[in-house]
Amino acid sequence: MRLLDTFVMALQAVVRNKLRSFLTVLGIIIGVASVVAMVHLGQSATRTVTDEIASIGSNLLFVVPGSAHRGPGGLRTTAEPFDLADAIAIEREVPAILVAPALSTDATVVIGNANESIPVVGTNNHYFAVRNHGIAYGRAFENDELDAGAAVCIIGATLIDEMYLGQEPIGTTLRVGRTACRVIGVLEEKGQSMGQDRDKIIVMPIKAVQRRLVGELDVSTIYVSALAAGSTGAVQQAIESLLRQRRTIAPGKDDDFYVRDTQDIARALASTTNTMTILLGAIAAVSLLVGGIGIMNIMLVSVTERTREIGIRLAIGARARDVLMQFLVESVALSTLGGIIGLLLGIGGTWLTTSRLGMPFLLSPAVMLLGFSFAVAIGIFFGFFPARKAARLNPIDALRHE
Amino acid sequence: MRRIHKVYGSGAAQVKALDGVDLTIREGEFVAIMGPSGSGKSTCMNLVGCLDVPSSGDYLFRGVHVGGLDRDALALLRRHFMGFIFQSFNLLPRVSALGNVELPLIYEGIKRSTRRARAARALRSVGLAGREAATPSQLSGGQQQRVAIARALVTEPPVLLADEPTGNLDTATADDIMTQLARIRAQRGITIIMVTHEPDIARHAQRILYFVDGKLVKDGTPAEILT
Repeated sequence: MRLLDTFVMALQAVVRNKLRSFLTVLGIIIGVASVVAMVHLGQSATRTVTDEIASIGSNLLFVVPGSAHRGPGGLRTTAEPFDLADAIAIEREVPAILVAPALSTDATVVIGNANESIPVVGTNNHYFAVRNHGIAYGRAFENDELDAGAAVCIIGATLIDEMYLGQEPIGTTLRVGRTACRVIGVLEEKGQSMGQDRDKIIVMPIKAVQRRLVGELDVSTIYVSALAAGSTGAVQQAIESLLRQRRTIAPGKDDDFYVRDTQDIARALASTTNTMTILLGAIAAVSLLVGGIGIMNIMLVSVTERTREIGIRLAIGARARDVLMQFLVESVALSTLGGIIGLLLGIGGTWLTTSRLGMPFLLSPAVMLLGFSFAVAIGIFFGFFPARKAARLNPIDALRHE
Repeated sequence: MRRIHKVYGSGAAQVKALDGVDLTIREGEFVAIMGPSGSGKSTCMNLVGCLDVPSSGDYLFRGVHVGGLDRDALALLRRHFMGFIFQSFNLLPRVSALGNVELPLIYEGIKRSTRRARAARALRSVGLAGREAATPSQLSGGQQQRVAIARALVTEPPVLLADEPTGNLDTATADDIMTQLARIRAQRGITIIMVTHEPDIARHAQRILYFVDGKLVKDGTPAEILT
């Protein structure tokens, strides 16, 4: 018997029982669709997270006072804060970097009748490059403004929308805390990131924030950007040894500050989402397995129901292997069909979800191939037992079967 | 075709369906097997048709010991040397007449166009030209049995086995089927072995084997047996 004829015969059987065939493969459809959708969504989520972290600033290091191994005290730290001299020393001693010392606080901002508490960052002009948050229009700080701690500010896009109601802000004066402050620029729009509005911000010269808002000469975070990609490890080590020296930490004692790499954070988050992806994929794979058992069930019923047909085929000269192949090909045809439909549904579901959530729509050929071939393999595996049962029938008993 | 001796004990119950039967059927004979229910006539035909092997004794088909063959070899014997027709027609439901007749040729691995042509010719020879696309449910009993005959003969086997071929048909149709069989035998000179319990049908045969309780008790021409 030729393979093509076996195939045609199996497909005819599938088509002859349309509704039952569809219900049989429903399990496979759902299984493949959920494997494909889950893994793709997981990959999209990972990509979203890494993209967001890249948008914070690439090759970015945070240098923060305190211990990396924080106890129950949480964020509070007794470690000595940095000052501008630390930032200047880092910039001088470590080659090929940009340094932006920053002091962050919240201040009540008043524009006309509107007032709101808004995060204020005092820093220098490197901040815009280091944090990957450029100036859309207007200008950066002048050197004398930085040196003097002048009351000038660059505002985020949300302030224009919410407090200026779309009016031209440059040249106007707003009140930050008790200081009247002239607007000289507007930041690029960055949008939401992990639940935070990154456009709701005011950037001022660090000395202005130190003197006019906080009243202390501290630096809360030193942002460092390595100019060469991939050199953050060396830069991190250089900063650590420099700061240990400056803060006179004896060898063997723990740092009272820590340097954190954005890529570390990205990796940590990516590994979390990867774990989730694998977990969800595994659950979906279980449903695929259940779908396979469904195919086996129906094929067993089908063999019983078609016992007489098998008897006829045996009587007119079909060998056991012809009957085996017929039923095996039938179940493989079913599972392949389910695999194709499931694949399309999975891709459709992924596309729908990612477009709703604003995530990137990524398709991985490996995942699709894996889901599909798993479905076919399940067809072979779970089809074999019923097919063997059919092939082993005795022609006389099969012919007598009612 | 030469058959020597055959004893058949079936299953755990050890029913002696055939008890020491000696029988020789020559090529080209038309044999009717008769007997009451449970006399072993169907068992005898299943053995002759290579659907089953004897539990002891020897069955030689054209000089080949059938008892020593495995299932696949039996299937090949049936494919090339046997054609079957049954009391309940045993056509595949929801498959066209042409598709049913084509079936044995599929297992022979003959290519589609040749298959179609041969199946159509076989249907024509039983007078069913024009009904190729009809499914069994759209055909009358007599037409269904004629499709079954076409299916049995499409591989041009030397032996045709018929198990109560007219059991489900009215007298007129039964006569028609018997006429068909007689004509086919006259045209092709094939051996026909037919199980029946109707004397009127058995009369068409040259030779009648009468079984009682698994034993062959009478063997002769219709004139001898049916009086």
